[in-house]
Amino acid sequence: MSEMTASAVTGGQRTRELVAAGIGRRYRAEKRFRAFGLIAIVSALAFMALLFANIIGKGYGAFVQTEIRLPISYEVAVVDPDGTRDPEAMLRANYGKLYRDGIQSLFPEVDSRQERRVLNSLISSGATFEIRDAVMANPSLIGKSGEVWVPASDDVDMLVKGKIDRHLPETARRVTDREIAWIDALEAQGRLETRFNWRFFTQGDSREPELAGIWGAVVGSFLTMAVTLALSFPLGVATAVYLEEFAPKNRWTDIIEVNINNLAAIPSIVFGLLGLAVFLQFFGLPRSAPLVGGLVLTLMTLPTIIIAARVSLKSVPPSIREAALGLGASKMQMVTNDVLPLAMPGILTGTIIGMGRALGETAPLLMIGMVAFIVDIPGGFREPATVLPVQIYIWADSAERAFVERTSAAIMVLLFFLIAMNATAVFLRSKFERRW
Amino acid sequence: MEKAKVRDAREMTPETHVDKTGAKIRAIATNVHYGDKHALKDVTLDIRAGEVTAFIGPSGCGKSTFLRCLNRMNDTIEGCRVSGTVTMDGEDIYDPRIDVVQLRARVGMVFQKPNPFPKSIYDNVAYGPRIHGLAANKDELDEIVVTSLEKAGLLAEVKDRMEAPGTGLSGGQQQRLCIARAIAVNPEVILMDEPCSALDPIATAKIEELIDELRENYTIVIVTHSMQQAARVSQRTAFFHLGELIEVGDTEQIFTNPGHKLTQGYITGRFG
Repeated sequence: MSEMTASAVTGGQRTRELVAAGIGRRYRAEKRFRAFGLIAIVSALAFMALLFANIIGKGYGAFVQTEIRLPISYEVAVVDPDGTRDPEAMLRANYGKLYRDGIQSLFPEVDSRQERRVLNSLISSGATFEIRDAVMANPSLIGKSGEVWVPASDDVDMLVKGKIDRHLPETARRVTDREIAWIDALEAQGRLETRFNWRFFTQGDSREPELAGIWGAVVGSFLTMAVTLALSFPLGVATAVYLEEFAPKNRWTDIIEVNINNLAAIPSIVFGLLGLAVFLQFFGLPRSAPLVGGLVLTLMTLPTIIIAARVSLKSVPPSIREAALGLGASKMQMVTNDVLPLAMPGILTGTIIGMGRALGETAPLLMIGMVAFIVDIPGGFREPATVLPVQIYIWADSAERAFVERTSAAIMVLLFFLIAMNATAVFLRSKFERRW
Repeated sequence: MEKAKVRDAREMTPETHVDKTGAKIRAIATNVHYGDKHALKDVTLDIRAGEVTAFIGPSGCGKSTFLRCLNRMNDTIEGCRVSGTVTMDGEDIYDPRIDVVQLRARVGMVFQKPNPFPKSIYDNVAYGPRIHGLAANKDELDEIVVTSLEKAGLLAEVKDRMEAPGTGLSGGQQQRLCIARAIAVNPEVILMDEPCSALDPIATAKIEELIDELRENYTIVIVTHSMQQAARVSQRTAFFHLGELIEVGDTEQIFTNPGHKLTQGYITGRFG
């Protein structure tokens, strides 16, 4: 009896010694792991801050635009030489002359033909269209005169924003001393200001950076996403429900499952090639159209949605299915009444992640012609369009200095939409989440 | 054994499915295979109407498997094959012409773990009537819900919070909610698969009391691990061992004078 107690005591002693010997090592391992985790998070945050600082720093300038206030006289002789007030004729009038006259009236001392041309180039060629649109919208302007803000050319804009260094030697910069003198004169007269760049948010693409806007791409993205969502969500959920709840588990469904998982990992450009071959060449759908873009992105998004939906269907507790079946619910009633509502938060999260990926996708859309230079705002699913990431790609590829800030600004717009979508996902998730 | 039952006549439903004379459900040479595993071997058993029949036996003996044959819940399990004949009121329930949805409307089930839907108490009870279209209007549905909750002995506890989630109730209340949900479809048979195994003794006592009351109107089959429970609530007891039905008889006889050595060994606690 006493021997046993003694051995129990020494046994306990030994255990305690061994535990004490190892305990420091165990805690050190934990500390190390935590330190690594902290370093990883801090560096990730630092890189993210750097990225955002870079994009915002480069891009915020695009939200304002240098404009010049010109005295414009809407001469009858120019706008409506025949005096018919015929819109057709008025549309073809030489509005460029109006703004050229305007700027030349401010600098009457400039008389050589060549210098005048340089002076005219301070104003964006887009001024022509803005004056025309103003006259077309309000024909009573004809014969009168007024002060109008028109966009300055991209070089003037860059100089005013400090992106072109005026202290460089004249030969090393795009703006001559002469032009700088004119710009300063305009500024001194209060005729030159940076104003909110509404064109950026309301217009389509342009070869002139000062006129290029994001709206065409936003509308294109919206139309494309609408097609993608309308097709991939119902198809994906129905596929997942069928595979998870109805299909027999056999070799064929295993093969299908493996292939769906493989499809999720296929490079997106391959889907673009598929879309080119199938939708454009075989079905003859229009090139560059949001319809085709949406179809291609649907192919790309479907596996993501199917996998997410299957996982969340699987996670619905079997007891719920048993309860429904035990009460005599048919399988379809069980799915629609009980299983799907419980799986919905997960399905929605998966869908929005898939849609987020589709919104940021460029490569497959290049293959189906959505990279074309498109000025008009797309008005329908079959009209040529481009999308935000492709617009970013096009601008990033452009030579003009002023496209740099527009590229960053477009990235900001894209990120804004992505963040908004993710926020929606979080919101929907918490709204539909039910506990049991 | 036989508890004195002084019962308010209002609690009885006017139409009663109970036919005290014969077998409600009759299983003849029933076999169940899960893939290669022979889970139930040649079980032949009558379940009498208006009685509580208890299935007892050690874990894995096939008692739950057999229970799930009676409303064809085994159909939902991949790789499960049932052979032999199971009849209810003389009709073969495995006949291809029998609709499984209709069968389950006649044979309700209560599961081991309380499994209310993540919906309100009202919606839980109204679930069955809704999917089967049993109520013509809202008033009828309300009445079904209230009577079912009353029969399940839950009405007094929940009548002020019918819209509260069913999952917010205590375990015992949840199980009674599941019973109310099964009753709401007005089945003929109620199958209970270890309905008290997740409950504390007080909640268990309430459920047992309830089973005793429900016997008046329903044929009840209960699987239980607790021999005391079988002795308390059932009139007949069937003992299963390793997929075989060893013995079936009146509960009193099984517990006082078992006919088989295995039964005796199990009820005296020599194995289990």
